[in-house]
Amino acid sequence: MAEMWINMGPQHPMTHGLWNMRIKVDGETITDAEPVIGYLHRGWEKMTEDRRYPQIIPMSDRLCYGSSFTWSHVYCMAVEDLMGIEVPEKAKYIRAMSDELQRIGNHLMWLAAIGPDLGNLTIFLYALREREMFLDLFQSLCGARMTYNYCRIGGVRNDAPPNWDRDLVRTLDYFEKRMNEYEELVDRNKVFRMRMEDLAPLSGKDAVNLGITGPTLRGSGVKYDIRQNDPYEIYDELDWHMCTADEGDTYARYRVRMDEMRMSVQIVRDILKKMPKTGPIRVKPPRNAPVGTGMARMEDPRGESLMYVIGDGTDKPYRLSVRSPLFVILSASPVLLRGNKIADLPSILGMIDVCMGETDR
Amino acid sequence: MEENVTYTVEQVKSKISEAFPAAVKFESKAKPRRLFMTADKGSLFNLCKFMKDQLGFDHCSLVSGVDRCDRMQVVYHISSFSNNITAEIVVDIPRDNPEIDAITPLWEGANWHERETYDMFGIIFKGHPKLERLLLPADYTFFPMRKDCDTGRH
Repeated sequence: MAEMWINMGPQHPMTHGLWNMRIKVDGETITDAEPVIGYLHRGWEKMTEDRRYPQIIPMSDRLCYGSSFTWSHVYCMAVEDLMGIEVPEKAKYIRAMSDELQRIGNHLMWLAAIGPDLGNLTIFLYALREREMFLDLFQSLCGARMTYNYCRIGGVRNDAPPNWDRDLVRTLDYFEKRMNEYEELVDRNKVFRMRMEDLAPLSGKDAVNLGITGPTLRGSGVKYDIRQNDPYEIYDELDWHMCTADEGDTYARYRVRMDEMRMSVQIVRDILKKMPKTGPIRVKPPRNAPVGTGMARMEDPRGESLMYVIGDGTDKPYRLSVRSPLFVILSASPVLLRGNKIADLPSILGMIDVCMGETDR
Repeated sequence: MEENVTYTVEQVKSKISEAFPAAVKFESKAKPRRLFMTADKGSLFNLCKFMKDQLGFDHCSLVSGVDRCDRMQVVYHISSFSNNITAEIVVDIPRDNPEIDAITPLWEGANWHERETYDMFGIIFKGHPKLERLLLPADYTFFPMRKDCDTGRH
């Protein structure tokens, strides 16, 4: 049968954002694939060259609506590295706590998104309901539900509100019970597992060479998590371990993300125990950055995010360069897709948790 | 690479300066688990190959271009999963002839980073499998991230 190219996108229920997956099919089998991106390109890096350093914080929030705190966090860390600022102890704990809450919220968004992809609308409704609790927590912490504008160069904007610990512990207790429900809905659902198991296996060696990071990499059995291997803030003082799975298939990537949600709950509980009760939460940064470079990398919910900033002595960055984890994972998606059927495509691409805002920038 | 051999920042430094005495210079900046160096345009590919094969730098984090007005720069962030080191390599290239060897043959993860850098800065990566526009439409005639590209100061 003749091979032909098909456009999956830019408007397609599978794409989760505005992008186009061109696939070459032979009957039902995908023989080649080519992602076409750029529909959401806003010139983010060019825009930052005309903004003062604090003005870029709300912009970096908008790199990804699902994990906005981690993006403003990595931006602030890069600028602190450039300016040589040491963040107060308490602010580090608050940042790490927000990171983990954001990770849970982001993974719940991912779980909600893959549910309808794989024909399970119930998990969509459940996951978004629980995500709402974490959005409420963020709302009481900083006033916004999705784009927080909470991280600051040199700390965070404000301290946690009164009764924060109580609300947080209540939410976590409730959420942990709910996690069991999700796992019963998915892991004990035969259809779900048939669509994920032994699908698109990727060896650890290939995954590393393709530049894949985050849960997708750990699903291939590679033990690498920047929180542990290149610790930032206070992650080296916390009691946790990284979640990996050895199979390397789509189901392993799913398992890693589910385990990470539980692990994030454990990390947040540990932070609540160790966080200093009083102390400064912010130091005042200088207006102008020195001449030099700064770099920060962190474990985004989707993988390794990195920002590289060059200062030229003024109050605006000379160059700000962003590494988005999804940008690289998408470039590797043809390797995952080749040889599989068209019907497997939503589940393969769903498990890498596509977000176009940070990919196109 | 031999399995289960890890190097510290100092060991990596001495091994690189042994292999590339003239081409690679280290910066005085020192931070834990970070390595800062500048390299020659001509020896970059061999340096990367050496780092990948001998020192266990198995992950290309980021390739970014910088327009310094009198010259172009390409900045590589290469990290090592076994050593937990991230190396920053800065390479100067002339602005009127911005060409450099691609490192995509070594790390497949650099593929789209190099394409994007070509897209935004017009830097030619020799040996890249598919050096085409990525984020911008294919018929664009300018490179927007260059400093002389006026965007109307929005």
